[in-house]
Amino acid sequence: MRRILLLPLFTLSLLAANLHAETSQEKGLAIATEADRRDAGFEDFTADMTMILRNRQGDESVRVMRARTLEVKNDGDKSLLIFDEPADVKGTAFLSYSHATEADDQWLYLPALKRVKRISSANKSGPFMGSEFAYEDISSQEVAKYTYNYLRDETLDGNECFVVERRPAYELSGYTKQLVWVDKQHYRPMKIEFYDRKDSLLKTLTNKDYQQYLDKYWRAGEMLMVNQQTGKSTTLTWKDYRFRTGLSDRDLDQNTLQRAR
Amino acid sequence: MMTCLLRPGMIFAAAAFVCAGLISPAVSAGDWSGRMGTELRLFTAAPLDARQANNALSLSAFAEPEYFARWNNGADSFAFVPFLRWDQSDEKRTHADIRELTWLHASQDWELRAGIRKVFWGVTESQHLVDIVNQTDLVENIDGEEKLGQPMINLALIRDWGTVDLFLLPGFRERTFPGVEGRLRPPLAVDISQTEYASADQERHIDAAVRWDHFIGDWDIGLSHFSGTSREPRLLPSLNASGEPVLIPRYDLIDQTGLDVQLTRGAWLWKLEAIRRVGQGPSYAAATGGFEYTLSGLFNTATDVGLVAEYLYDERGKAGPSPFQNDIMLGLRFALNDVQSTDLLIAAIVDRQSQTSSYSLEANRRLGDNWKLALEARVFAHSGGDALAALRNDDYIQAELSFYY
Repeated sequence: MRRILLLPLFTLSLLAANLHAETSQEKGLAIATEADRRDAGFEDFTADMTMILRNRQGDESVRVMRARTLEVKNDGDKSLLIFDEPADVKGTAFLSYSHATEADDQWLYLPALKRVKRISSANKSGPFMGSEFAYEDISSQEVAKYTYNYLRDETLDGNECFVVERRPAYELSGYTKQLVWVDKQHYRPMKIEFYDRKDSLLKTLTNKDYQQYLDKYWRAGEMLMVNQQTGKSTTLTWKDYRFRTGLSDRDLDQNTLQRAR
Repeated sequence: MMTCLLRPGMIFAAAAFVCAGLISPAVSAGDWSGRMGTELRLFTAAPLDARQANNALSLSAFAEPEYFARWNNGADSFAFVPFLRWDQSDEKRTHADIRELTWLHASQDWELRAGIRKVFWGVTESQHLVDIVNQTDLVENIDGEEKLGQPMINLALIRDWGTVDLFLLPGFRERTFPGVEGRLRPPLAVDISQTEYASADQERHIDAAVRWDHFIGDWDIGLSHFSGTSREPRLLPSLNASGEPVLIPRYDLIDQTGLDVQLTRGAWLWKLEAIRRVGQGPSYAAATGGFEYTLSGLFNTATDVGLVAEYLYDERGKAGPSPFQNDIMLGLRFALNDVQSTDLLIAAIVDRQSQTSSYSLEANRRLGDNWKLALEARVFAHSGGDALAALRNDDYIQAELSFYY
């Protein structure tokens, strides 16, 4: 008898939880969790990257890389970046095992010396290859890396978006916060504003040319990062995305790092 | 010069190349890349030995093209990297080498690498005690980081508990030394025509090595053993054919066990290299240990500043051949993280006993997309004592302009 009585009580308490108004923090986290859920299960991908660095005068400098990423369940992804241009860094390769809140494990392979160097991952805010992208901007984005706060709904270039503020939960970030415009239909980051340690707007990232792969995973074809304080910008173009190529841990280990080129 | 290219090891490597070609007729067309450049060296003082070239400015040029091909979905690859240097002042520095002529096959839990290759072991910055597979190309740079290609068969076994590398090293490479007229040499010239070996097989002695390395969390660990002809010769006083005093290189048969460890924690890298060598005089131990700490984004710029400190120890002490028996190295590394990848390393190595010290500066900057300017300076502070005292008049500044393609 008692069990029968308990059941409706339990159901009632669930209802109460649902009725309790969702806080903006809970909504922000829910949006990030949903975006993460929609992108989970890709297993692995490879892609070609081109970065065009522009200074205020419009002078351009080009970086060409190839990326391999392996999804790791319940942790950050493993990724390998192989540099093709500029010519003096050709053959240099960068291996990163990212973690949600712990420090990432990173190794650099220097082809002239045939040397693998374990490097410190503490410098998250430093520029990647002299570009406007910091290391923390290109590393694996895990839900646990930030705390969230939903701000408002806003239409961006015709897309209905959530605007979510996220603050880094990891140490040594160059940012106090980021504002992320996430489109309501596909939960893709359309735009991110980065605020520096003095809480002033530092950079704006605009993601364009989204394409869907395996009928599920959306990837931007072009990312434009503009430094609002210096006028410098970097365009990162992604080409030849391939998903589920069958990469394994072996394809992202120190031995592969030395012969990746 | 061509004789050195026709050693048994080279023939072996050529055979490996031919085999690689036979295994896969479907070698896709490879790529040529590489670098070439000119170097200008300015010695600031007159040489100690009147026979050494006294032209303060010395011009040199080098080329290092590279051919690379891969096939079998990337599981097989072939690389060929010849190296050529012409030097205005020192005919021994004008030399050629095959840095790489190698075939590599990668499988799920093993890799086979055969041919002429370069292998680096170690973690420290001031000297490389553990690194022993390749011979030092000393005429290239006295920092010991330039290496000659070494013929080898290297089987890597890749396991959950680390990688075990097995090496068979046929064909010994003699260390290069400056000629009589060359700078940056001992007070007596090294006469390589009288080279002596402990092994009756001389340079045909087959050496072997094994290494295990692994990473566990913040730790990267390597343990290695080498058995064979020492890459580092003893230099014995003697006379040449004309009755002039010279130094003769003698290559002993040694066994060397090495350990290299790095702990990476936050902005700190803690490093240790230690070796024990048996067979070259009384057995001895030597070690290098220290840290590198990086301050990133200095003064709100993108510049990183690395502070490097290492202690260099050699059990043989002051009487031994190593100038780094009880020395401290302090270094400052600047990385501007700019579009030109500008970097600068300033270092001092100070002997705690003899007060002999040496200072170095290395700076690099990319110019445009394909050019790179490298500046280097070394100063050897005057005071007798260790092997570096012989270089006290060889302070130099060097500029190197390279083209990469």
